[in-house]
Amino acid sequence: MVTSKSKVLKGSDAIVECLIKEGVDTLFGYPGGAIMPLYDSLFDYQDDLKHILTRHEQGAIHAAQGYARVSKKVGVCLATSGPGATNLITGLADAYIDSTPLVCITGQVASHLLGTDAFQETDVLGVSTPVTKWNIQITKAAEIPEAISKAFFIARSGRPGPVLIDITKDAQFDTLNFKYSVCKSIRSYKPLPNINIERIKEAAELINKAARPMVLFGQGVILGQAKDEFKAFIEKAGIPAAWTILGVSAIPNEHPLNVGMLGMHGNYSTNKLTSECDVLIAVGMRFDDRVTGKVSTFAAQAKVIHLEIDPAEIDKIIKTDVAVLGDCKSSLSLLTDYVKAKEYPSWRNRFSELDQEEYTEVQKAELHPDPESKITMAEVIDCISKKTKGEAIIVTDVGQHQMIAHRYYNYKAWNSNVTSGGLGTMGFALPAAIGAKLGQPQKQVIAIIGDGGFQMTLQELGTIFQYNIPVKIVVLNNEFLGMVRQWQQLFFDKRYASTEMVNPDFQTIVKGYHIETELVEARESLQAAVDRFVDSKESRFLEVRVGKEDNVFPMVPTGSSVSDIRLK
Amino acid sequence: MKKQFTIIVYTENNIGLLSRLSNIFSRRHVNIDSITCSESEIKGVHRFTIVVKMETDKVQKIVKQIDKQIEVLKAIYFENEKVVYQEVALYKIPVSVFSSGKEIEHIVRAHFARVLSVHTDYVIIEKTGHEKETTELFEALSHYGLTGFVRSGRIALPKSMESLQDYIKELEPTFNIN
Repeated sequence: MVTSKSKVLKGSDAIVECLIKEGVDTLFGYPGGAIMPLYDSLFDYQDDLKHILTRHEQGAIHAAQGYARVSKKVGVCLATSGPGATNLITGLADAYIDSTPLVCITGQVASHLLGTDAFQETDVLGVSTPVTKWNIQITKAAEIPEAISKAFFIARSGRPGPVLIDITKDAQFDTLNFKYSVCKSIRSYKPLPNINIERIKEAAELINKAARPMVLFGQGVILGQAKDEFKAFIEKAGIPAAWTILGVSAIPNEHPLNVGMLGMHGNYSTNKLTSECDVLIAVGMRFDDRVTGKVSTFAAQAKVIHLEIDPAEIDKIIKTDVAVLGDCKSSLSLLTDYVKAKEYPSWRNRFSELDQEEYTEVQKAELHPDPESKITMAEVIDCISKKTKGEAIIVTDVGQHQMIAHRYYNYKAWNSNVTSGGLGTMGFALPAAIGAKLGQPQKQVIAIIGDGGFQMTLQELGTIFQYNIPVKIVVLNNEFLGMVRQWQQLFFDKRYASTEMVNPDFQTIVKGYHIETELVEARESLQAAVDRFVDSKESRFLEVRVGKEDNVFPMVPTGSSVSDIRLK
Repeated sequence: MKKQFTIIVYTENNIGLLSRLSNIFSRRHVNIDSITCSESEIKGVHRFTIVVKMETDKVQKIVKQIDKQIEVLKAIYFENEKVVYQEVALYKIPVSVFSSGKEIEHIVRAHFARVLSVHTDYVIIEKTGHEKETTELFEALSHYGLTGFVRSGRIALPKSMESLQDYIKELEPTFNIN
């Protein structure tokens, strides 16, 4: 137990002291009536805690998510009661489904006003319950230290997730005898399931007998910090490995065993061969419907091994033959001991053959289009990828640009992908990139956003300007909600209902925030513009006008088997 | 095929936990047949008894989701044969009906019910039993005039000898692998 000596403090000062004890140095938020005592206390701690005032509470929480994802620290975000707190809900839902550790502190009306429909009163505990790993309301100053220590422990341990603490205004004003103990365990909560060595042996036996094994890896590898263990496992076992959208950058794209992306707009080979493998080893992933397509046919021919930290994920979607519960950092290294060193040249060759087919049918035209046509999204991503040598942190929003970024950026650096995967939150990228840049200031952070998503949170340009945060922003502008338009084209008879966007002049808007900006419409000016964009030490905005009605392929239509993936 | 299950959940006694648990059902469009909650054999630990009708694979998944909640010590599901269960029902009958002949007395005797309290203008009858039995009494009394009826919802104890203490032991962090 790390226990500090007791001292008398105001509740709001105690909150700040707790945050400092938990190692917090950066927080994101937006003040308002019910959280004013806490902001007043923050004024005295400006040397210890850097508070970033965003332009909207949604911006604050997405920034905290971006910060948490790249720094491996808990993201912290503050908001006031009522609308301040409800504006956090999208971010909480996003962090919950993508397992991002957050501690959100919301102010609440004074405890004697609870339930009276007071000004800016909302049942925040009630509305946040379905989208938090844990939440608590505090009405007495004395409850603050224990609640905050539990909150940080819960947020970061086991399968991480967002936690919300709602603190009434009177609890912030009252005093308490403050002492802080870092939470080490909670009797009703077991963050790490025990690894059963028998399951490891059974998994190894299946793998050792396999003729066409395939690994599917997700964010669990990154969250579990299992970089070396994962690499050692696939290299010894010689198994081709494909990633979910949140798993990318757990191992560099160019690693010979990295066979690419799974899912609806993933690679042709990975989707096709999921239906041909004989043993499928899922590591830290949860079989999202965008990965599985039609569940009843997904890898139906294969024995399934699932390495997973969350027992509730086992058999949730895909029935497993061997479930290996536990932290994959430990389970992978044990499994590596038991698997035989093998290679599967003809099986790996199947991936290469299908990759070639995808290149011929899709990628070639995307990367080297007809010179008369508009710039493609893939050209822009490829250009940025080459210029940054695949070393940047890429923060993406949701839609076509997101799929294209994941398909064409050559991720090399560990944990360099920040995207809204599970929830698909448009407007995520700009604020998340702010957080990512503050979480990894030495890294190049590039937000890639569509024109639709950009306009959902573009007010955060004000945050970038105020704090001079050197994030780079690319808007791929097709004047459409492109992914929805693509579906309308393919599945709704080209009835483009409410997907065409009449956009403002983004250049003028960005200039209004005093951020350097450039617009590219012609292919011949793309490279030089990307050079200036990447080389700039300041924040910089790059808008590229891309083909209005370009589509993302390959594609697994909803409800189809992954083996029915379409190249056009 | 849907079957009736009894889910027993041991939890900490904290504000908001009931809605956290009920959300797990409502989110999956599952209706709860009955839910009861009170302190368990261990001080500070609460025990929920939840009755649902659903498919076995779905109840397994729901119980995992319940067990995953931070303040849940243990969630377990049982088929009806694996628990001893009971309900209490109360019936409110106007005195005029109660004393208008021998029928009510016969019904009370036949159903092994008892008179719980007598007031100037009404009588409360109590019956313990399975839902089917308390319903049968309800139907019998309905013919004569019933002004109030309430059922407690199921409470249940498992037939197995595992105790809450065993489950708490399971939760203790063990860092040794295997």
